[in-house]
Amino acid sequence: MYEYDVIVVGAGGAGLRAAIAAQEAGADVAIVTKLHPVRSHTGAAEGGVNAALHPDDSVEDHAYETMKGSDYLADAPAVETFAENIPREVVQLERWGMAFSREEDGRISQRPFGGMAFPRTAYAGAETGHHLLHTMYEQVVKRGITVFDEWYVTKLVVTDEDDPADRTCHGAVAIDIATGEIAGFHARNGVILATGGAGQVFEHTTNAISNSADGMAMAYRAGVPLEDMEFIQFHPTTLPSTGVLITEGVRGEGGILYNAEGERFMFEHGYANNAGELASRDVVSRAELTEVNEGRGIEDEYVHLDMRHLGEERIIDRLENIVHLAEDFEGVDALEEPMPVKPGCHYTMGGIETDENGQTRVDGLYAAGECACVSMHGANRLGGNSLAELLVFGERAGRDAAGDEIEEPEIPTGWTDNAEEADFVPPVELGAAGVEPAAVADGGAMAASPVELVENAVESERAWVDQLLERDDGVNHAQIRARVQDTMGQHVNVFREEKGLEQAVRDVQEARKLYREVHVEDPSRTFNTDLIQALETRNVIDVAETIAVGALAREEFRGAHWREKHQRRKDDEWLKHTFVSWNDGEPQLWYRPVLLEGEMQNYEPKERSY
Amino acid sequence: MSTDATETTDAETAAETETETDATADSEVATDAKPEAPSPGEQRRQAKQERAADREAAADREAEDIAASADNTVHLRVFRYDPDVEGKTEPYFDDFHVPFTKGMTVLDALIWARDNYDPSLTFRHSCRQAICGSDALFVNGRQRLACKTQISDMSEPVMVEPLPHSEVEKDLVVDMEHFYDQMEAVEPYFQTNELPEDELEEQRQSRENRETIKMSTRCIWCSACMSSCNIAAGNNEYLGPAALNKAYRFAMDEREGEDMKQHRLEIIEEENGVWRCQTQFSCTEVCPKDIPLTEHIQALKREAVKHNLKFW
Repeated sequence: MYEYDVIVVGAGGAGLRAAIAAQEAGADVAIVTKLHPVRSHTGAAEGGVNAALHPDDSVEDHAYETMKGSDYLADAPAVETFAENIPREVVQLERWGMAFSREEDGRISQRPFGGMAFPRTAYAGAETGHHLLHTMYEQVVKRGITVFDEWYVTKLVVTDEDDPADRTCHGAVAIDIATGEIAGFHARNGVILATGGAGQVFEHTTNAISNSADGMAMAYRAGVPLEDMEFIQFHPTTLPSTGVLITEGVRGEGGILYNAEGERFMFEHGYANNAGELASRDVVSRAELTEVNEGRGIEDEYVHLDMRHLGEERIIDRLENIVHLAEDFEGVDALEEPMPVKPGCHYTMGGIETDENGQTRVDGLYAAGECACVSMHGANRLGGNSLAELLVFGERAGRDAAGDEIEEPEIPTGWTDNAEEADFVPPVELGAAGVEPAAVADGGAMAASPVELVENAVESERAWVDQLLERDDGVNHAQIRARVQDTMGQHVNVFREEKGLEQAVRDVQEARKLYREVHVEDPSRTFNTDLIQALETRNVIDVAETIAVGALAREEFRGAHWREKHQRRKDDEWLKHTFVSWNDGEPQLWYRPVLLEGEMQNYEPKERSY
Repeated sequence: MSTDATETTDAETAAETETETDATADSEVATDAKPEAPSPGEQRRQAKQERAADREAAADREAEDIAASADNTVHLRVFRYDPDVEGKTEPYFDDFHVPFTKGMTVLDALIWARDNYDPSLTFRHSCRQAICGSDALFVNGRQRLACKTQISDMSEPVMVEPLPHSEVEKDLVVDMEHFYDQMEAVEPYFQTNELPEDELEEQRQSRENRETIKMSTRCIWCSACMSSCNIAAGNNEYLGPAALNKAYRFAMDEREGEDMKQHRLEIIEEENGVWRCQTQFSCTEVCPKDIPLTEHIQALKREAVKHNLKFW
């Protein structure tokens, strides 16, 4: 068994930032990650990181535009904490040596991004995430923070009181991928989940194949609610064949979208008469698909994104990476011809419910970055706000877990007096496949010491893995995952209608049944990716269910969540967050009002026009 | 390429070493076992291996069927080796016939083969957009990122092997520890004493200086360069192109200041530093991010000479 003050699970931007903060606050920290840190998906972020750095910009504007972008489903205390703290974080990165693109005077360059009235997005070419990830990993190396790379965390060690609010997290169980060894990690202070997004729930996604919702699913099964999962961001410009991302920076620099008839449809068809291509992502994604559905798409599938008029010099200076991506993955020379683009699953706005300090409902369990939902993106995230989010809330989670003094959070977690149960009847019985050992640690809080709890959890995980490896025959996990991805891509996409959503819920439940017979064909203990993917697939199923159920229940149109029969935002009824809790193996749906009152300002919901 | 011969030897050596350590690994795994007889767990594992072999044979037959029926398939020959599974402890090549689709990359084909024929086929991959650096492989005799290598550009059969000059862990997965150690040996982190006092004030960098270091910052740690370098192959201590490029990235950054630059030059001037480079350009040739690695190493040599001249 390994023992540390703070265990960080995942080593993308949020995990690395949390680890550095915890270490600076005096904690003995280890990072446990299924990839090597520099392989994390933060590295694929292209566009930039938003911060009100410029003297003419303001923190208040950044907060306001984030609230507006969220379609008023973000919590004001989260948004304000974020906007206030992000300038210092970006300058901190600069001081760690990050090679930002530069203005003539040597300052960090910033460019316009969708949904914001000021050019607030600091960037490093079109590979900002790569620079950010490597810069932070360098700091981790400098500080000598222990990294267990290629160790896959499969389970959290959480006591099993009836009420999740009484539970405590004491650590985690992980598999050393290289050897198959299963070991316990005892966290004296806390475990921070920083496991990234859930893109693998969908077939066409910008996300890495590793983004299988591991942290969300683990926290969920340990009793932490998942919040606002129906809000999946579809990025309007992904390459049609692979889902590879073409940064919003292309439109920020002046790139233009055309339909098959050569029309600049964002204006000519009235989707966003002011902001055009730089309307927020949900607006542009729907516009593109509407063009395709109305017969003005190219090859009935995509539209064109043209940046040729920017000139080779500017393109190479600011967007060079895009030229390579278009060439390598679509065979298109973007200096000579427009790029084909269509919407693809890009970001999970929702996630593990936390407060502003990253603390979840379970004592000692934290979450930060894309796997978390402190609720600052609401129904739609602004481009450039995710790298920014992982810095601010990664830092706070790290510090809080290390026991540092930090302000009291204003965002409540868990069931509160003003929470309400959902009036919702699912089309099929949800959850409860009974394939896994108990979600929470065996033995309970009464008898065992934390160390014993970790040991018990390791034992039960060994038994579960043995069972998977020893099963004679069954269904291959790749088939199950594909079934989930197919139905989600078909029915829980940019456009959503009731029948389709019901079908998705049924299909996911079908996948869950199939999963009871999942088996691992590879008998090896050495680098068994067959086993790892079988375990990941369970997470994909659990999280897909929360997305589909949340989407079916929310009968309104808000941000990224479009419903065929409900073409309006219904503030009277739906100005509230969706929560799905895993109670005794059955998902339960409930709601809590959005917090629109901040210290800087009150955010009165208005019609969102661009 | 002459490295082919070395490649086979390396793989075999790796196989031998791994097999020797295998016994220890096994006994650790089966901790519950009684010492005298094979434990029930061990028996089940053996039975599972047999079943896996049967299934593999069936999958092979299926592969042949699909290959016979599909109009257009691509033929992959993939290196296989697993120290932990009987029948795979000697390296061999497996043939896969994968239905070809337009735009298919080597990684796509490997994933298809794994998901449809043989789930035990093992390789690293993640972002599949040439930024995570985890799927550098030896494809048709050259180090490449599988995810950005179009199948249509390759001649068949497409030979897929692990990176040469690295120890093979299993199939296409190699041990990266040595590479990471070399990267970390050059103090790969920003060190400066010249920060502005105000915590919201940036430390500025000129556009020209950012341009100087720009290409060097693109490294994705894929290890293709290290694997292609003959010098690194013959001398395990040589820092190698990736680590030297990392040293360049910081040594040439004006924000670190002169003292730190001197310290950095001292590191790269050591016995296994820049002077080992023989300017063969193989690193530059294979770098999937087009980093002019050899040039960067030459630039460091020039800096080192200038730096020495100060004292002579």
